[in-house]
Amino acid sequence: MQWETVIGLEIHAQLATKSKIFSGAATAYGAEPNTQACAIDLGLPGVLPVLNQEAVRMAVKFGLAIGATVTPRSVFARKNYFYPDLPKGYQISQYDLPVVGNGQTTIAVDGEEKVIGITRAHLEEDAGKSLHEDFHGFSGIDLNRAGTPLLEIVSEPDMRSAKEAVGYMKKLHALVRYLEICDGNMQEGSFRCDANVSIRPKGQEKFGTRAEIKNLNSFRFVEKAINFEVERQIEILESGGQVIQETRLYDSVKDETRSMRSKEEANDYRYFPDPDLLPLEITPDFIETVRAGLPELPDAKRDRFKAAYGLNAYDAEVLTATRELAAYFEAVVHAAGSDAKLCANWVMGDLAAALNKAGLEIEQSPVQPDRLAGLVQRIADDTISGKIAKQVFEALWESDETADAIIEKQGLKQITDTGAIEAIIDEIIAANPDQVAGYKSGKDKLFGFFVGQAMKATGGKANPAQLNDLLKKKLQ
Amino acid sequence: MHEKTIAELSLGLKNKAFSSQELTQAFLARIQTLDPELNAFITVTEDMALASAKAADALLAKGEAGPLTGIPIAQKDIFCTKGVRSSCGSKMLDNFISPYDATVVERFNHAGAVMLGKLNMDEFAMGSSNETSFYGPVKNPWDTGTVPGGSSGGSAAAVAARLTPGATGTDTGGSIRQPAAFCGITGLKPTYGLVSRWGMIAFASSLDQAGPMARTAEDCAMMLQAMAGFDPKDSTCVDQPVPDYSATLGQPLDGLRIGLPKEFFGEGLDPEIARLIQAAVDEYRKLGATVKDISLPNMHLSGPAYYVVAPAECSSNLARLDGVRYGYRCAEPKDLKDLYMRSRGEGFGAEVKRRILIGTYALSAGYYDAYYLKAQKIRRLISEDFKRAYEEVDVIMGPTSPSAAFRFGEKSADPIAMYLSDIYTIAVNLAGLPGMSIPVGFSGKLPVGMQIIGNYFSEAQLLNLAHRYQQVTDWHRRSPSL
Repeated sequence: MQWETVIGLEIHAQLATKSKIFSGAATAYGAEPNTQACAIDLGLPGVLPVLNQEAVRMAVKFGLAIGATVTPRSVFARKNYFYPDLPKGYQISQYDLPVVGNGQTTIAVDGEEKVIGITRAHLEEDAGKSLHEDFHGFSGIDLNRAGTPLLEIVSEPDMRSAKEAVGYMKKLHALVRYLEICDGNMQEGSFRCDANVSIRPKGQEKFGTRAEIKNLNSFRFVEKAINFEVERQIEILESGGQVIQETRLYDSVKDETRSMRSKEEANDYRYFPDPDLLPLEITPDFIETVRAGLPELPDAKRDRFKAAYGLNAYDAEVLTATRELAAYFEAVVHAAGSDAKLCANWVMGDLAAALNKAGLEIEQSPVQPDRLAGLVQRIADDTISGKIAKQVFEALWESDETADAIIEKQGLKQITDTGAIEAIIDEIIAANPDQVAGYKSGKDKLFGFFVGQAMKATGGKANPAQLNDLLKKKLQ
Repeated sequence: MHEKTIAELSLGLKNKAFSSQELTQAFLARIQTLDPELNAFITVTEDMALASAKAADALLAKGEAGPLTGIPIAQKDIFCTKGVRSSCGSKMLDNFISPYDATVVERFNHAGAVMLGKLNMDEFAMGSSNETSFYGPVKNPWDTGTVPGGSSGGSAAAVAARLTPGATGTDTGGSIRQPAAFCGITGLKPTYGLVSRWGMIAFASSLDQAGPMARTAEDCAMMLQAMAGFDPKDSTCVDQPVPDYSATLGQPLDGLRIGLPKEFFGEGLDPEIARLIQAAVDEYRKLGATVKDISLPNMHLSGPAYYVVAPAECSSNLARLDGVRYGYRCAEPKDLKDLYMRSRGEGFGAEVKRRILIGTYALSAGYYDAYYLKAQKIRRLISEDFKRAYEEVDVIMGPTSPSAAFRFGEKSADPIAMYLSDIYTIAVNLAGLPGMSIPVGFSGKLPVGMQIIGNYFSEAQLLNLAHRYQQVTDWHRRSPSL
């Protein structure tokens, strides 16, 4: 039987507000437990929530970026359940009237474009954290995270493979960072997802029974968890069993998903509109103000990079992966004045490799865009060869000097004078009669020997193309 | 001194007839003598009161006093008070000392009022007789065999017994007006959103509203002045200017149109009370008002709607009382579930549990549309009834409660009978309107209250109406013999 996988994702993006969604407490990560939880976050008797307008602005920004409807009047609802790290016994979320509805995004997987529908995005508060280790038979509760604003982004069940799911997640990850509404830090849990996974016989329209895999916080885990889950479901169905609707957890150590609770054990959350909060009214004026402040979005930037700089789809995709990288690249191109492709190669090649090795982000690069542009210019005008350029790049990385200063100081300027190169070739031919004889008798491989000798004699500075031409002539 | 109203005491303090410290001591002494029998106070904050009185006297001496500076008042124990037990009448919060002040408390403190203590109430404001309090029932000063009403029974009894010149109350379905009626005092439930709910322990958030309880409308005006006004900490609090409630007292009532809804005078109403209400309405005629019979056709649905909405909200509001962070925790829980079940099972009283169960049921999957959503629709119908009525009349009058104070135990075994005690008051909460209860006579030795319901934010008008009546009657001046 041919099976088709159906995946929908619920992504939780922690909004990058300074304070919590319903209180004035700070949201910074990593503080001592319970030092960033005020009376409201603790759910003391008599406290009331007041909505953080910045969280609303961010949600609207996201809505506009995915071409969605921004709901003029959305409603906060209480999701009721008991858990020690949920101080009020309910989570303030949005239920039947979310702030953002009905948008979409396009992903590219293996060169194929695909539109993924986004059903909705709603604002909600995060819960605290339960700490089950180090308390000797007790559990610790840290409420620093309680009340942190989240945007829950729910996709349509439009993805058909783990690869597509990862592509979609990466797409949104880039988008929320472009919009500067989420820091995207997956290790700290700022960007995580639940995956709804089901399978059905290829060609069948009706969806199969799904399992929900909770709390996946890396692209790799999303891919592995989904692949494991698909295999598990295929095995069940092919051995005549039935998939049950349930919530599962992914264990990254064992690389498997495990049952957490079945549908029967699921909570009845008893959603109802939160009487402590008025409906969230968003005016067209507010939407237009937010729209005016939107940055250029990844898709638009990618298309512009292709058109304006003549980049291929792959390069344009890579260079627009983050706002910072795109900005860096554009700064290099502007400073270099031309040859965008060469700039792209250097940014994506040697610079990216060096940054990766040093564990640095693009905005921390010790080689600033103007200095890299200086190097690109010298390659473009044949002052140095590509090989010498690598040497110059290393010096750029290590020092604050310009490429020109480095080339000058180290005497790396390329030799392009035909006479000078010919003189060197003549000396080498004279000094190596045996090799000359060998070459002339048909040992073509010896050509490389002469190139090597010439480069050695010029300290690598001979223009490689000229050297080749002249050598060939002289050895005929 | 204890027979004086807040307005009179304020004048006395300004004229140096007595000091705030003398006044405070006099009331504290009265509490000490009379409250062991009445049980109106859960906590008496003697040291704090004397310290505030001293500070108030300093301000009075400097001539920097406001109208409430140095005036003793008491707070219903539903309001969080910093450093003081804020129990809400429950075992669950018997050990809860709030780290912050409710906005209402803060505003009274800011106005220089002296807090005598925290007043008894039905557990989490759920009750109409004060019999559900963990701290035992409050007794009605007019007849200690009868209930003071609820849930602000401690507030009403304390004012009636002259243990405090004024008290705060809260009203979710009649909890200010019904006890005010039972104890022969004046109480005002403001328009929803006029007074901040910050720090007021929530029962049903969309219905709860704090208000003043005192002997006279004039005193209520002074107290409301301090309580009312926008608070950025409460999203449901309305941002609009607060009028000067005292300034408009005494305005003539010529041309005032009073509506008497026929639904308020039907079956179940004690005929003696009906007679007293008619007599009070006649007084208003004499003052220049015209009277018209009106109808609020959906009134009979207010009880069913209220007993879905209020329990639904309370089932969620009270979920935070789980024994994890504060409040009552059962001894030696064996696991998390046991901790939850026993802490809540042992910490809550029967009435609170009943409402949590009803509310949980009403919100459950499959029942939500039939109960909660339907109740919300009824709420709209009731609001529209009032809206239509206010096209014809300026205010609505009727009984506050179908009977005078009843005897202890008389209704506590029958929740429905108890709930009917609020039958005329709950529609006002469902619509979010302001309502008052003023004393209009006695049925035997028990006081009877009349309810005056106004349009949104018509508190100034209501207070004036009540004040005009109190200028020509003396029911509010009568005090129980203790």
